[in-house]
Amino acid sequence: MSFSIKDPMMMREIILDNYQNPRNFEEVEDQRYITIHMDSASCIDDIYVYVLFEDGKVKDCKWSGKGCAISSASTSIMTEMVKGKTEEEAKKMMAEFNKMLANEDYDEELLAEANCFKNVNRQPSRITCANISWRGLEKAMNEEDKKHE
Amino acid sequence: MIDPYKIRSDFPMYHKHGGKFGDKPLIYLDNAATTFKPYAVIKSEEHYYEDITANAHRGDYSLAHEVDVAYEKARKTIADFINARTDEIAFTSGDSMALNQIAFGLGHKLHPGDEILLSEAEHASNILPWFIISQRTGAKIKYLPLSDNHVNLDEVEKAISEKTKIVSLAMVSNVLGYLLPIKEIAQIAHKHHAIMVVDGAQSVPHIKTDVKDLDIDFLAFSGHKMLGPTGIGVMYGKRELLDDLPPLLYGGEMNARFKSDGYISLEEPPLKFEAGTQNIAGALGLEAACEYLNQFSFDEIHAHELKLKRLAIEGLLANGNAEIYNADNDTGIITFNIKNVFSQDAASYLAEKGVFVRTGQHCSKLTPDLIHTDSTIRASFYIYNTVEDVKALVEACKHAEDFLDVFFD
Repeated sequence: MSFSIKDPMMMREIILDNYQNPRNFEEVEDQRYITIHMDSASCIDDIYVYVLFEDGKVKDCKWSGKGCAISSASTSIMTEMVKGKTEEEAKKMMAEFNKMLANEDYDEELLAEANCFKNVNRQPSRITCANISWRGLEKAMNEEDKKHE
Repeated sequence: MIDPYKIRSDFPMYHKHGGKFGDKPLIYLDNAATTFKPYAVIKSEEHYYEDITANAHRGDYSLAHEVDVAYEKARKTIADFINARTDEIAFTSGDSMALNQIAFGLGHKLHPGDEILLSEAEHASNILPWFIISQRTGAKIKYLPLSDNHVNLDEVEKAISEKTKIVSLAMVSNVLGYLLPIKEIAQIAHKHHAIMVVDGAQSVPHIKTDVKDLDIDFLAFSGHKMLGPTGIGVMYGKRELLDDLPPLLYGGEMNARFKSDGYISLEEPPLKFEAGTQNIAGALGLEAACEYLNQFSFDEIHAHELKLKRLAIEGLLANGNAEIYNADNDTGIITFNIKNVFSQDAASYLAEKGVFVRTGQHCSKLTPDLIHTDSTIRASFYIYNTVEDVKALVEACKHAEDFLDVFFD
């Protein structure tokens, strides 16, 4: 099935599929991974993001926990997208993703399946759902940077 | 009988905007979080700012005197509202501050081995202050067992002993809306010489509250959940207990005199709890809210809310996709989920249809253990809600499984 952001039915399916069959969904106890816990008083999401950095790359990314369809699907898609990418590449994706949520021009091609969250900002309160794991990844990167200071 | 259509003309949130928010009818069902304000409340606050601005209890000039009179008249109206004496109610910023004042004020009476009895259905503001007091004093926190969300008085008898020094419970829980038999619980508490504290945030706006009849020792409630302004609330305490309660806040006007050696002589209650310039406009606004509510009987208000809740439950059951956690409760709070839909996804979908409800754990993070779900949708009714509001809620819930529609054309 070829991927097209012009096809709303397909975008919808991608969200539902990632919500119901989350990718890289697994609790990680391996100490080499940086674990970031994302939760807040205002939202029910309670999500752990686990990132393994190696040689400037995101060698592995997993997640566990509970969240709404938007946060769960977005986290699932993010883990697939950033695995194997360099930190720089992952940061670029993050920046484009945030531009998309802010309704600015962005690089559609780079975001691949994450394009299905293009209209999330129709409900401004859901933007924080869509980017919860990206914010987690950013925190993980900051922690990784501190290790090398 | 409550006529919500007529009542709406008193509320600018409906009246000024033709009953709409944006381009959709305004269906506001989050009254357990906060309520709309009638013109009378807003006018009363305006009156303070436009006509009688001066500080209270400080000036010797006629304008200041007028403020004192207005402020103390507000205290009288609000005290009458719960059948308290005027020297038994202190103004606070809200229910949370009142509960903090009570908890931190009672700390000095507690010793290691003493017990504080709460329930797992309490709001954070009636749990967290007690956690801190427990850590500081070595008193232990115990939870009253709730069977099917109801309190069995035999269980209360078993849970309270001579070790119990404080019992602190919400008369109505903010998540599930069950009404506790506070009068009976207070009797049991008093038999064991325990102090009975009541969180009235969800009950005072909806149910007749008579502190004398209930014979409770302390009561906390907020103005903004009962048509009043935000930033104003009340701590009620029996006078002899207030005499023995150290203030949470120290500052201007709550002391009679102090000396450089640390000597402080405090004002009498209630002024000793009102350090610093008070929310005078808020107090006058809350008085106006009490007066507004006084035109109805609480039986009428309660009957109206229950009628709407019953209609909502019938509708949601007929839809067939809702799981309801408190169909048998005694108030206008309905807590539910749409099967197989995460609460926030469902609520966002409802919001798109113009139906505003609350989701989450509603600041009551121990409650999920009681109802075995992580989070819920809560709809809560008040005097201005209509049968049409309920129909809109039920209709919107019918297809909440399609919550992703919002994001796609």
